[in-house]
Amino acid sequence: MTTVRKPARREVSLATRESLYGYGFILLWVIGFCVFTALPLAQTFLYSLNTVSVTATSINLDFVEWANYSRALFTDPNFIELLIGFSVETLVSVPIVLIFAMIVAMFLNLKFRFKGLFRVIFFLPIVITSGPVIRELTEQGAASAPGIANNPAVIAFLEELPRALRSPVEYLLTSFVLILWFSGVQIMIYLAGLQKIDRSVYDAAAIDGASGWETFWKIVLPSLSTVTVVNAIYTIIILSHFSENKVIRYIYDQTYNVQGGIGYASAMSFIYFGVMVVILAVICFALLRWARRSSR
Amino acid sequence: MMNILRHPAAERARGILFGNRAHRGITFTIVLYALLIAIGFVYLQPLLFMFINSIKDPSDLLNPMVQWVPTQLYAGNYERAYRVLDYPNTLMASIFISVVPSLIQAFVTSLVGYGLARYQFRGKRLIFVLLLATFIIPPQNTVIPQMLMYRDLNLLGNPLALILPALLGQGYRSAIFVLIFYQTFVSLPKVLEESARLDGATDLRIFFTIAVPSAIPAYIVSFIFSTVWYWNETFLTVIFLEGGVTTLPMQLSSFAQAYENLYPAGTVNIFERLNEAVKMSGTFLNILPLLVMYFVLQHWFVESVEMTGITGE
Repeated sequence: MTTVRKPARREVSLATRESLYGYGFILLWVIGFCVFTALPLAQTFLYSLNTVSVTATSINLDFVEWANYSRALFTDPNFIELLIGFSVETLVSVPIVLIFAMIVAMFLNLKFRFKGLFRVIFFLPIVITSGPVIRELTEQGAASAPGIANNPAVIAFLEELPRALRSPVEYLLTSFVLILWFSGVQIMIYLAGLQKIDRSVYDAAAIDGASGWETFWKIVLPSLSTVTVVNAIYTIIILSHFSENKVIRYIYDQTYNVQGGIGYASAMSFIYFGVMVVILAVICFALLRWARRSSR
Repeated sequence: MMNILRHPAAERARGILFGNRAHRGITFTIVLYALLIAIGFVYLQPLLFMFINSIKDPSDLLNPMVQWVPTQLYAGNYERAYRVLDYPNTLMASIFISVVPSLIQAFVTSLVGYGLARYQFRGKRLIFVLLLATFIIPPQNTVIPQMLMYRDLNLLGNPLALILPALLGQGYRSAIFVLIFYQTFVSLPKVLEESARLDGATDLRIFFTIAVPSAIPAYIVSFIFSTVWYWNETFLTVIFLEGGVTTLPMQLSSFAQAYENLYPAGTVNIFERLNEAVKMSGTFLNILPLLVMYFVLQHWFVESVEMTGITGE
């Protein structure tokens, strides 16, 4: 009854078996990726090269080459403005979120009374960061650094600044608190990174006479370098996918606009995606270089 | 002068004020608490502000003397916000729309994470790259064809429009959960699974009887984060569900409109017009279920990273 297999063949079949089971486990995801990501992405790209009109029963494409892209980049007065605004805001926000999250995480890593209470409060943004709620908060004026942005001295100071520097500073003042609302998960990730540092390293540094300041720059910061890269990527993506983001709102409005339409909105989506990837690459490149240098 | 500073009493005073190797000084402790309270205030202030204003009656709202302490508890705003939001229905819709895809998402992403962590096969690196890509690609780059596809299948406005992607591992921020499960399963010892395999258990059986029970914390963390994110998601829900299902955040974004419909401007007196207090009651009712969930499950939120061991390397 039993068939005796040759050992060699059996070994091959084991490896094949393993990879077959592996594929089996990820099969659902692969199908999903094709149906819900790859295919729609390709279709959106196709739309971006066409003027698209949708009727109740069909979708009509009219090939226009790169016209949608050139319109977005060279003709549309709003889009480029919004895109620049988004880039500036992201480049300002990411360092603030990272520094703030790192500081809060270091606080939470200390031992003190009522720590549980503070932890619960500091992680509130994880549950509350949703589009409509944040919009309500902004409308109440709860998002700006209290009173600073309306101070006449500050306004006068802003007017003295060169134009290129003015909008980031203005954004910083008006949205500082809003930026802090985006740091919940990052605090958590930093805290995990801090807790991975071995206590004995601190003790050794203390015995060698290192001050807290030196310990931070020589031990804590280098150990947090990989976590920082993760946090930076996360922050950029969350900020750029946020549904109240002005660029996203504009693209969404254009989708249903008679003058815009699906083709134009698709082209803008791809330009936006490109800008986002560039920002991601710039920040990651800078951080990775720093990480490599500091871990040496 | 120097002698006074070296005096033991002075040393002790300095130790108490500025701390020494053994413990922190008072100065540091005061600064620490001041900063902690300041940061805590940043997060609590909007919530407090919202809550206080939501219980002010119209005369308190107009009275500039009444800032933080209303003269009386007024529930009228909540009554109206409750009716405008159509609270019981939208609440149930929100719960359904966030819980069901989250459950499915947690299960499917755990399958994928297990496959990636436990099996060797070609193209694994590619899968990781694609996984990261699904996280990076903005939703508006894929949403229009998806919407048109759903339209053809007559699924617009049907909860299936959110459930189907979750079932195929493409739910909201799925990539994060796959990575959480990958980390979890990679760090679990293999011994049990290997001995089960020697006893002749099939791979699926091993997954369900050994891997799943040992990854329960990862399941819980994934499920609650996924629920929160689905709850707060408005971009996709508006596009896919508009006209079929109305969730709380969706109703909140059209709050003013809904208010007009329920209380037409001509028919109500000035005190019943839409004011800030009613809007804030609406916002508060919107985040209330999340707050309740957060305080009940806070231990899972606050310690989730430790529980799943994810740090993202």
